[in-house]
Amino acid sequence: MAMHFDFSVIPHSLPFVWKGFQFSLGLTLAAMSGGIVLGTLLALVRLSGGPVLGSLAAIYVDTLRSIPLVMVILWFFLLAPIFITSITPERSAYITFTLFEAAFYCEIIRAGIQSIPRGQVFSGYALGMTYGQTMSNVILPQAFRNMLPILFTQTIVLFQDTSLVYAIGASDLLHTSEATGKTFGRPVEMYIFAAIIYFTLCFSLSTLVKHLQKRIAIIR
Amino acid sequence: MHYHWNWGIFFQQVSSSDDTFFNWLMIGLGWTLAVSLSAWVIGLILGSIMGVLRTVPNRKLAFIGTAWVELFRNIPILVQLILWFFVVPELLPERLGLWVKQDMPAKEFITAVLALSLFTSSRIAEQVRAGIQSLSRGQSYAGLAMGFTQAQTYRYVILPMAFRIIIPPLTSEFMNTFKNSAVSFAIGVWDLTFVSRQMVEESGGQVIETLTAATVLYFLCALAANRLMYVIENRSRVPGLIVAK
Repeated sequence: MAMHFDFSVIPHSLPFVWKGFQFSLGLTLAAMSGGIVLGTLLALVRLSGGPVLGSLAAIYVDTLRSIPLVMVILWFFLLAPIFITSITPERSAYITFTLFEAAFYCEIIRAGIQSIPRGQVFSGYALGMTYGQTMSNVILPQAFRNMLPILFTQTIVLFQDTSLVYAIGASDLLHTSEATGKTFGRPVEMYIFAAIIYFTLCFSLSTLVKHLQKRIAIIR
Repeated sequence: MHYHWNWGIFFQQVSSSDDTFFNWLMIGLGWTLAVSLSAWVIGLILGSIMGVLRTVPNRKLAFIGTAWVELFRNIPILVQLILWFFVVPELLPERLGLWVKQDMPAKEFITAVLALSLFTSSRIAEQVRAGIQSLSRGQSYAGLAMGFTQAQTYRYVILPMAFRIIIPPLTSEFMNTFKNSAVSFAIGVWDLTFVSRQMVEESGGQVIETLTAATVLYFLCALAANRLMYVIENRSRVPGLIVAK
């Protein structure tokens, strides 16, 4: 090997990298909750918002799904100063990720809603419930339960994608690891460290999702 | 808002070179296509092998397939790319590492293709496995009963069915490859994303024109991939299944 490793750089850089990790995690959780709320609304509009609103929602979802996330990140970060106000890379990331992930959650939720038998909707109406009541009391609780594994899988993908804020220099796990690595002259060790954290977290979460999938399958 | 629109920007010359911005975009498109298509072909081959390995009765081979998938699926593509580019050369024997860092031709391109194809292969392997497992057990028993070896059963019975069944998810994965290739800007491949970032700077901030052009080009790549796979899907439908009207 050409290189002599010195992993003692890790404890020295831990405080700074911890902040980056918290940002990555916070961004994931915020984009997940925001994305699921917005995605549910988009899915409902696509399914029952009428021809005009429905196709607007479809255009929004299909467009975002067919361009790279890096492009969307750049769009928002570079346009915001021109049209709205100057913005930090971190705040820009929060908004971009929520808007972008909503498109992906929308498709998962739409498929979940469509997998519920139509009779469930009719029985809601027959009981005198309004559209909103039927959705929130009858359809969505069942749909979400079926979708849970896929929603979590999408969230793992989302956590991996937060590393793309690299493009605008926001201080996430990858960026703080790289920065401290360069400061201490040990970038290689810090890259490996970051990769191990990403791997450990994603691998254990995806194993959990597999177990969840089995449990849900048995109950049904 | 004070935005100075200039849609003619594409035909202006870049101050530091002989190219127009349009040339730049075409160079970017070229590299994006080169990286994505190479990674797709290699990823498809490796992914098929690993997907098959995950379904064979031999435990050791199945473990190799599983380990491969979990390793390349659970690290973000950008981090994998950085590992291949900055970390792996340090792990190689000294002279080889030095050669990779200094003299290897098209270093950025090769690294990007390597990282992207391994990442893609892990996802394709999952789809191939799902396709194989969706077939009824009787298919492979039938093959074995005919006197085929296990390899022949895969070659003549299982894989021809499995691959046709998984064309729709493979289509999405093909489109994803173009999107994922956008990370290669991080190691300096002149792809569409890299070019757009350069163009925003060199053109004095024509953000909207630049990003619109790049977005449309990405969109067209994904669309072309989608149409191509659609043609293949229609030609290879399995008679007797619900999809084959």
